[in-house]
Amino acid sequence: MKMLMKNSYASRAAGNRQGLSAPARRAAVILFWLALWQLASAVIDNSILFASPADVIRSFAAMAPAADFWISTGWTFGKILLGFFTAFLAGILLGSLAFRFRFLKELLAPLVLLAKSIPVASFVILALIWIGSENLSVFISFLVVLPMIYVNTIAGLESTDPKLLEMAAVFSVTLPKRIRFIYIPALLPYLKSSCRVALGMSWKSGIAAEVIGVPAHTIGENLYMAKIYLATSDVFAWTIVIILISAGFEKLFLALLSRIGAWNERCRL
Amino acid sequence: MNTPDFTLKLRNLSKSYGELAVWADLSLTLESGRTYCLMGASGSGKTTLLRILLGLETAEAGSVKIEYSHEGILPSSPSSGRLPLVSVFQENRLCEDFSPLDNVMLAADPALSRQDIYGELCRLLPEESVLRPVRTLSGGMKRRVAIVRAMLAPSAGILMDEPFTGLDEDTRQSVISYILEKAVGKLLLIATHQEEDITALGATLIRLP
Repeated sequence: MKMLMKNSYASRAAGNRQGLSAPARRAAVILFWLALWQLASAVIDNSILFASPADVIRSFAAMAPAADFWISTGWTFGKILLGFFTAFLAGILLGSLAFRFRFLKELLAPLVLLAKSIPVASFVILALIWIGSENLSVFISFLVVLPMIYVNTIAGLESTDPKLLEMAAVFSVTLPKRIRFIYIPALLPYLKSSCRVALGMSWKSGIAAEVIGVPAHTIGENLYMAKIYLATSDVFAWTIVIILISAGFEKLFLALLSRIGAWNERCRL
Repeated sequence: MNTPDFTLKLRNLSKSYGELAVWADLSLTLESGRTYCLMGASGSGKTTLLRILLGLETAEAGSVKIEYSHEGILPSSPSSGRLPLVSVFQENRLCEDFSPLDNVMLAADPALSRQDIYGELCRLLPEESVLRPVRTLSGGMKRRVAIVRAMLAPSAGILMDEPFTGLDEDTRQSVISYILEKAVGKLLLIATHQEEDITALGATLIRLP
């Protein structure tokens, strides 16, 4: 958190020096990389090895009107988010229980370590054997997100100020009020930063799983097909779709978490 | 509120941190309805004594006994048998993201309405500050919120650890009269460094060795 704040101060200071507004500078940066991309594709001059921005736009134009594009995007989006949300809720629940009951935390510790250290690819193969390809990405994004949220829920709850807890004990504050006034404010920053990582991970691992399992009507299947036909510009186009959706959803979800925090602070007793 | 008359008898309390003895054989008698100022050099164990009375720490030897002079209804206490004492801690210990109103309501007597508490806060704080997050308040304002929280919580006594730090002279006066008004019938024990607090509060001096 502190790092982030420093960075934003630094960038604001830099902005003042250059005298350019932040959106203008951002646009300039994007234009620079687009130009470089165009330049690189012109130098390589091989659309199979490296697609140009124009190729990608053409791919988009070909893909977007097809129903399959929207179905695939929708299914993948839905499955990965289903995995994410169940893991998010289960992680908070398990983390809170493990915070409250130390033996549960000790009991789960090896499992969490295992889940964090097993390569996603191994999970994918095992999941293919156990549950087949259809719900593969639900399972994988669940498995990747759960330990992250679990660990950060415990860390957040453990970060509560012991002095505030003493205060609550002295004033006989009830548990629901302790949760709302002491535990949730301590937990939210941890949840936010872990969600930022977990959302990105759920997309990356979920789609990687789809490419391995090739379930029908998914982004992963489309990427796999693009690979078979060496349709590099399709790979680029799908990648951009994935980035846009995951970035958009991350923004949305973090805004939602901030809303919950603000609501918690403002709601009347 | 019907607070009973009680006497708190501290007999031969001892406390040490490792090799360092805070005090040995401390005996005190505190009566409800009276105000005491607790003085002593830094490190004389003022905070420790308050923490023992609050049940946050235990003494190594000695006893704390409560004697009731007549039966009455005590405000509810979490652990039965312990006297319901509340505190203004050395630090403010407020929930920084919440408003002074919420902070006080968190601990206040359930019989008090939101409006009542709002009015009480306005007696010591500027009205515009009552609804904004505590983190945006000045140190002196936070101190007053912590004091109002302790005064409005159901209790048989209030223990304060240097409650007037960060308050200017005028504010200190109004805070003192507010405390005295609200503490009627209760035990009031205030740890302080300033001699003038004793007269201002009409308090009995307890000097720690």
